[in-house]
Amino acid sequence: MALDLLGKLEILADAAKYDASCASSGTDKRDSLGKKNGVGSTEGMGICHAYAPDGRCISLLKILLTNYCLFDCAYCINRASSSVRRARFTVDEVVKLTLGFYRRNCIEGLFLSSGIIRSPDYTMEQVTAVARTLRVEHGFRGYIHLKTIPDADPALLEEAGRWADRLSINVELPTEQALRAYAPEKDLGGIRRSMGRMRLGIDAAREKVAPGRTPPPRFAPAGQSTQVIVGADPSTDRSILKMSSTLYGAYGLRRVYYSAFSPIPDASSALPLQPAPLLREHRLYQADWMLRFYGFSVDELATEEDGNLALRHDPKLAWALANPAFFPLDINRADREALLRVPGLGVKTVDRVLQARRHRRLRMDDLARLRVSLHKVSPFLVAPDHRPRDGQAADLLSRQAAARIQPRATQLSLL
Amino acid sequence: MRNVVLAHEVDFEGWRTAARRLALDGIPPEDALFSVGAPADLFAAAGSDEAAPSPAASSSAATAAAPFTVPRPLVELAQTVIQAREPERFSLLYGLVWRTVRGEKRLVEDVADPAVHRAIRLAQSVRRDTHKMRAFVRFREVTEPDANGDPVSRYVSWFEPEHFIVEANAAFFVRRFATMVFSILTPYRSVHWTGEEVRFAPGADPSEVPDDDALERYWRAYYGAIFNPARLKVSAMMSEMPRKYWRNLPEAAAIPELIRGAARRTDAMLEAPAMPPRNARLPTPPADDGPDLLGAAAGSAGVPAPRQADPPVAVVEEEQGAPMLAALARAAADCRRCPLWEPATQTVFGEGPETARMMMVGEQPGDQEDLVGRPFVGPAGQLLDRAIKEAGIDRATVYVTNAVKHFKFEPRGKRRIHAKPDTTEIVACSGWLAEERKAVRPALVVMLGATAARAVLGRPVTIGRERSRPIALDGNTQGLVTVHPSFLLRLPDEDAKKREYAAFVADLKQARALLDG
Repeated sequence: MALDLLGKLEILADAAKYDASCASSGTDKRDSLGKKNGVGSTEGMGICHAYAPDGRCISLLKILLTNYCLFDCAYCINRASSSVRRARFTVDEVVKLTLGFYRRNCIEGLFLSSGIIRSPDYTMEQVTAVARTLRVEHGFRGYIHLKTIPDADPALLEEAGRWADRLSINVELPTEQALRAYAPEKDLGGIRRSMGRMRLGIDAAREKVAPGRTPPPRFAPAGQSTQVIVGADPSTDRSILKMSSTLYGAYGLRRVYYSAFSPIPDASSALPLQPAPLLREHRLYQADWMLRFYGFSVDELATEEDGNLALRHDPKLAWALANPAFFPLDINRADREALLRVPGLGVKTVDRVLQARRHRRLRMDDLARLRVSLHKVSPFLVAPDHRPRDGQAADLLSRQAAARIQPRATQLSLL
Repeated sequence: MRNVVLAHEVDFEGWRTAARRLALDGIPPEDALFSVGAPADLFAAAGSDEAAPSPAASSSAATAAAPFTVPRPLVELAQTVIQAREPERFSLLYGLVWRTVRGEKRLVEDVADPAVHRAIRLAQSVRRDTHKMRAFVRFREVTEPDANGDPVSRYVSWFEPEHFIVEANAAFFVRRFATMVFSILTPYRSVHWTGEEVRFAPGADPSEVPDDDALERYWRAYYGAIFNPARLKVSAMMSEMPRKYWRNLPEAAAIPELIRGAARRTDAMLEAPAMPPRNARLPTPPADDGPDLLGAAAGSAGVPAPRQADPPVAVVEEEQGAPMLAALARAAADCRRCPLWEPATQTVFGEGPETARMMMVGEQPGDQEDLVGRPFVGPAGQLLDRAIKEAGIDRATVYVTNAVKHFKFEPRGKRRIHAKPDTTEIVACSGWLAEERKAVRPALVVMLGATAARAVLGRPVTIGRERSRPIALDGNTQGLVTVHPSFLLRLPDEDAKKREYAAFVADLKQARALLDG
C-alpha cells in the first residue's frame, strides 16, 4: 500500500531521531520585514519550540529525505539489512511540511539528512535540492541544517553551503578501527576531507573584503558540527575526548554531539546487549564543556584507570577532589582561570563575581544572591565570613556518593 | 505622598517622566505611590505601538524637560522590568533611579545589591517568558474571503503569558511573519498584524481562536515520532516546557500516552532477537584488505612500523601506463608508517611535473595544506611563491614536496599548533621522498630548512653552516640547503625579515644558476 504523507512523516522522523543535534543558533541575522514574499527570520539565538518526553529540544523539523540506504552500519536503524519500514519524501513534500510547520510557529527550520541511495553525489544533490527550493522558490529565511554526504562532489558541497546555515557530517565512531568494524562502507578519510573542505568554505565566507570587492560566496554561517555514538564500541572516554579536541582544532566545529547508544528496533547482533548509560553521555558533554570553556585538558579529566570519566562525580568535581592543594581559593582574590575550576561556579557566575567584586568584598550571602549554591562551593572557597573546615570536600564526596549521584548511574524507570 | 497613575501596565514613558519629576522634586521612593489606571479601550484607539500621552507626562512638562541622565544599563533594565507582572516594579525601579542620582552612580553594576538583584531577577523572568512566548505560540490557519471575495489566510494564536510581554514581543513576530496576516490573542492584550501595521487591542478570549488546523495532526505525529522512548526523561521536559503551557500546545495532548508506552516499547526493542549483520566482516575488525604498502597496515595499531628495506617498486610497476607519481600518491594516501596519519585529515603528497629539474623539499604540511591536500598553499607557501617568482623561477616547473607527508600538530581550542616532526617520523616518511626523487630524477634538490635537509642528507644539519653552497648528492644530483619560508614568517622584527627574505631569494637565484650552469 502506498504511504500517505502522514505515514511517511512518521517513518522518516522516527528514522532521524538518533541525531542529537537540534541547534538553530549562531547564524547570520535576517528577517522578512519589507519583503514581498517568503517567510522567516533568524536572530542569533536558537528557539526550542517544544520538548519531547525524552527531554530533548525540538527546534527543527528533523527528518530523513529517505531511509533507504546502501550502507550497513551496525548501530543504525536504517542500515541496509534492517527490516524497518522504508519511505521516501519527494522534494515538494519536505518543502510543504517545512513551510506549513514554520508558518504555525512550530519550528525554526529544517534539519535534513538522508540514507545513501544510488550514489553519494545523487543523494547529496537531492538533499541540496530541498534547500534550494525552499530558499529560491519560497523565499524561506528560517534555519536550514543539512547533513552532508562524505566525499560528495565539492561543487555540491559548495551549493549546500550556499543554502544551509549549518552543515554537518557524523564521525559516528571515534577511531578508524571502530568505523571499519561497525560501519564498513564509511571511510574516515572521506569524512575528514569533507570536514576540511567545509572549514575552508566557512573560513573563506567569513573573510572581510574591502568595500567594492566581490564578497566571498555564502557558506554555512552557523558552521559545522558532528556526532559520535558512545558505547556501541569499546572506545574509552579518553579516546573520544581526544578525538573531539582534534576535531575542534582541525575543523573549527561548533559542537561535537555525543549520543549514548540506545536500543533500536531490529538491532544488529554486532551491538552490545545493553544500552550505554545516559549518565556517560552527560559526563562527556560536561567534559567537552570543560575543554572548551573552562581551560581543562583531556588528560586532567579522563583520569579513571580504564580511560573513562568518573561516573560518580561531574568532571569538575572529580578534578577538584583529586587536586585538594589547589583549594581553597579566596573568592575576592582568585583570578578568572582559577575560579572557573571551582565546582559550582559556571562561566556566567564567575563573570558576575568578577563584576560584583569591583564594588564590594564578597561574602557568602552575596554569593547566595548571585545564585551560587553555597553547599557546592563552600568546601572550595574562602570569604571574609567563611573558611572551609578541614576535610569538608571529602565529606561532600562521601555524602554525594551515598545520597544523590549513585542511583542515577543507571537509567531511571519512571513507570 | 505623591500619586502617579500610569496609563497602562507597560507605560514606560509615563513611568520615566514621573520618575524624572519625582527625583527632581526630591521625593524619596517611600513617598511615591505608583498605580495603573488603564481605560480598557486605550489600545483600541491607539492604532500603533506608541502609547497615548500618559496623564503623568502632561502635569509638569517643564521639570520633565530638565537635564537628567541615568546610565544606559539602568534604562535597559527598567525597560525589561516594567513588563513584569509585579505591582511593586514601578517603585522598585524608581528606588534604583533615586539612589543612582543621589550619588550611587554605578549602582546598577553592583549585582549583589538586594534591590539591583531583585530587578535583575524580574528581568530574567521577563526574558524567559518572552523567549517561551516566541517558542510556544502556535498559529492556526483560517481562510477568509478578502474585500474582493478571494480566500486569504490569516493565522491566529491564543497564548497566556506570565508577564506583560505582548507589546514588546510583537516586533519579533512581525519580523518573522511579516508576509502573513496574523493575530496573537492573550488575556490582557491582543496584537494584530495586517501585513502592513501592528494594532494592539484589549485582551481576548480563547474561543476566538479556530478549533483545529489541518496540519496539527501532522505536527502531533512528528512530535510522537521524534521522541525516543529509550531515553525517557520527563523531568527535563517539564523544566523547559512546564505544564502551564500544555493546554495551548497541540502536541502536548500526545505526551501522556508517549510516557505510558515508553517502557513497553523499550523492553520490546531489548527483547527482540538481534539480527545478524549483512556483512561477514562484522564484528571482528578486518585484518587488512589492501596490499601492505610501505608497511601501511603495520602502523595501524599506533606503533610505527620498522623501516622497510624494500621500497614499493612492485606497486608502482603494477600501474602500467599511469604516471608513476600518481600511483605513488595513491599508495601514500593510506600510509600508516607512523602515527601522524591518525589525527591528520589526509596525506599531502608532492606536486609538480615528473620531468621537473628542480625539486623543493619542505618540512611538513601545515594547517591549510592538511585541509586542502596540496603542499605549500598556506602562508609559507604564498611567501615561497613570491620568492620563487622574484628569483625568476616558474613554480609550474618545480616539483614541490615535504619531508613528512602528514601534518603534526597539538590541538589548542579552535586551532592546531604546528609541532616539529621528530627523527622517527622523518625516517618513517623518507621512503616516500626517496620514491619521489627516483620518479622525478631532479638535477637539483633544494632543501627548505633543517627537517628537509635531515631527510635528504640522512644526517643532522645546521642550516647556518651548510646553506648556500652546492652539495653533491648521489648520481648526478646536486643539493642546496636554505631556510624554510615559515622561518621568515616567524621573525619578529621588520629589518631582520627584509634581510632574511633577500638572503632566501638569493639562495633561490643560486639554485636557478646551478641548473642553468
